[in-house]
Amino acid sequence: MKKSVILGALTVAACAAGAAGAATLDDVKARGKLNCGTNTGLVGFAAPDANGDWQGFDVAVCRAVAAAVLGDSSAVEFVPTTGKTRFTALASGEIDMLVRNTTWTFSRDVDLKFTFVGVNYYDGQGFMVPKALGVSSAKELDGATVCIQTGTTTELNLADFFRVNNITYEPVPIETNEQAQQQYLAGACDVYTTDASGLAATRATFEDPTAHVVLPEIISKEPLGPLVRHGDDEWADIVRWTLNALIAAEEYGVTSANIDELAAAPTTNPEINRLLGTEGTLGEMLGLPADWAVKAIKAGGNYGELFEKYIGQNTPIGLARGLNAQWTDGGLMYAPPFR
Amino acid sequence: MSGTHAHSAAFVRDAMLPQEPPPATSVGALGWLRQNLFSSWLNAILTVLSLALIGYVLAAILPWIFQSSWSAGSLAECRDQIKAAYGSEASGACWAVIRERWLQLIFGFYPSELYWRPILGFALALAGMAPVLFTGLPRKMLYLSLAAPFVVPWLLWGGTVWLPVSVALGFVLGYAAQRIVAPLAGGLLGAVVAGLLPVLWWFLLAGPFATLLHQIGPLGIEPVSSRNFGGFMLSITIGLTAIALSLPIGVLLALGRQSDLFILRAICVGFIELIRGVPLITLLFVASLLLNYFMPPGTNFDIILRVIIMVTLFASAYMAEVIRGGLAALPKGQYEAADALGLDYWKAQRLVVMPQALKISIPGIVSTFIGVFKDTTLVSIIGLLDPVGFSNSIRADVNWNGIVWELYGFIALMFFVFCFSMSRYSMYLERKLRTEHR
Repeated sequence: MKKSVILGALTVAACAAGAAGAATLDDVKARGKLNCGTNTGLVGFAAPDANGDWQGFDVAVCRAVAAAVLGDSSAVEFVPTTGKTRFTALASGEIDMLVRNTTWTFSRDVDLKFTFVGVNYYDGQGFMVPKALGVSSAKELDGATVCIQTGTTTELNLADFFRVNNITYEPVPIETNEQAQQQYLAGACDVYTTDASGLAATRATFEDPTAHVVLPEIISKEPLGPLVRHGDDEWADIVRWTLNALIAAEEYGVTSANIDELAAAPTTNPEINRLLGTEGTLGEMLGLPADWAVKAIKAGGNYGELFEKYIGQNTPIGLARGLNAQWTDGGLMYAPPFR
Repeated sequence: MSGTHAHSAAFVRDAMLPQEPPPATSVGALGWLRQNLFSSWLNAILTVLSLALIGYVLAAILPWIFQSSWSAGSLAECRDQIKAAYGSEASGACWAVIRERWLQLIFGFYPSELYWRPILGFALALAGMAPVLFTGLPRKMLYLSLAAPFVVPWLLWGGTVWLPVSVALGFVLGYAAQRIVAPLAGGLLGAVVAGLLPVLWWFLLAGPFATLLHQIGPLGIEPVSSRNFGGFMLSITIGLTAIALSLPIGVLLALGRQSDLFILRAICVGFIELIRGVPLITLLFVASLLLNYFMPPGTNFDIILRVIIMVTLFASAYMAEVIRGGLAALPKGQYEAADALGLDYWKAQRLVVMPQALKISIPGIVSTFIGVFKDTTLVSIIGLLDPVGFSNSIRADVNWNGIVWELYGFIALMFFVFCFSMSRYSMYLERKLRTEHR
């Protein structure tokens, strides 16, 4: 049984080795599929539905890029990665891009030789406590037992926060989010700390979510975004501007509902015209068809639509836009001009 | 005779009494209870305590299992349904998640219209193993066992039919080389040529040969990439391959370890100790991460294949030691007797030593098998979606986030079925082969 696959693999290897030098865009086009690294499962961001189709906020970025490059939002091969395998998978070329709630940090950008092309979600570490504890600020948590995932930046952030505020805590090390949920509900710890989006998703699963509160303090910066390998700037540009197109579309009021109408003929707004390819040659500069952004936006909607669909107020996760609102609404989402 | 003492005894029985049934307290259910559960005061107390404990546990678990929801579309809906049906205090299992996702837990992302392929493959694999496992079956079924290693992977991965044919041809080539070269140039050279020729064929010619044949007669089924494998199908694929390959490799390693040839022995000892000296998860990380760095960029060496190789190597090393235990338990007289009969090394191993050594090792071999099968769940750590990995993905669905016990319970049950059948088979085999103390 092994032999036949060895042969298949070797044949593939031989073909792939020949094409290794080529640009990622050409590889993706030749393959007809985008290999997108994603999470093995994170509520709201990446999860397979009952039909085996991946859904989620991170997944939507993959689909938008596939739509922009290949014209088909389903031409994506999702490669589930874990926290341990994600960077190797990207570095070795197993995947073309990684969208796996990965925090943009200096060392990952510089030392690991990746290019973060932007931020699709600004997260930050928060605390959740039972309402019965009567705590309204994280600074009142002196002496609390805290459930925390080991070996993550959250662990270090927590230590920093408590040291700066000169209060003590007792860590309860846990391995996975589900374990944390069980421990927290069983009362093994007073506080559960992880990214605020994760806290919201976890709280939504409780039998009585109102008995638990997420404290107002956010103690870290976690800008999560898509990343690609160093050294292929053309490909990085494509991913970066696809993400920017989604964000800009929301700013200009281009939605999946009105995009066909707006893209049919040049509108009075030149910025929209350039974005949708009815004016100028932006697509050509990227090496993509003129309607690349139209396809990307139609894949799932603009940034705001994706947010509302997967993690927004109307979903069980119920995240507010907060930092992820458009800059015009006091958020940090700010797409550079399409010009 | 009985009349002799008639005058001195008041009563003498002169007929045999009919046999009485044993007292009611020592037969039937009551007798069994007395004998096994209430044979003394201490045992009676322990019995009552144990029954109370079992009752306590069941009282907690059974309502949870049966006050359940099978039809809901999300965890919240499950809770509402259970509350509506069994009162607001009730908490029950949300089996609806299993109902919605059981096909995924079994087949992963395998295209649903092709489910017949893994099912047929599994049936073929079982049919291929049956004549090996049960000697009572017709020997003609052994042809099935020969075909299964080629047909089953073809069914799972699909693609051209000529690739398995071309791979099988390698074995034919090796056999032919053995038959032709050995009489001409001696056994050793024959063995070397028979080993080398197929390898050369597989690495250099089999691929192009299959492509050529495919161009002449394009026969094939839709290919399915390894990434779509998942769930129990992945566990069984990895586990079954590792189990089937580790036994022969383990036998060879065990023999190599006992060999008189220094270099062969050193290689076998080194391999066994090296593999046994590192945890399986390390080997899996090597398979998934390090190999990526070693191989030229862009190389796409199938991840499942890498994992299968690593798990097989791991299992073989353990198997070798289990079999070595069996070999060590054989009295030296058996080896000497085989020599005295004039058998050469391979014949002595095949006819005298191995049958006895393997019989001694059966419990160890089967528990290695069971261990390997369960170890396949470790692949979830390197991002492959085996049942445990998939349960995490299912939990990532907004609807099912927060469900833990139901998924793990289902997975545990499935694993139990497989492992328990392996264990029962081993007991059957032991009983069948117990020849000396009958």
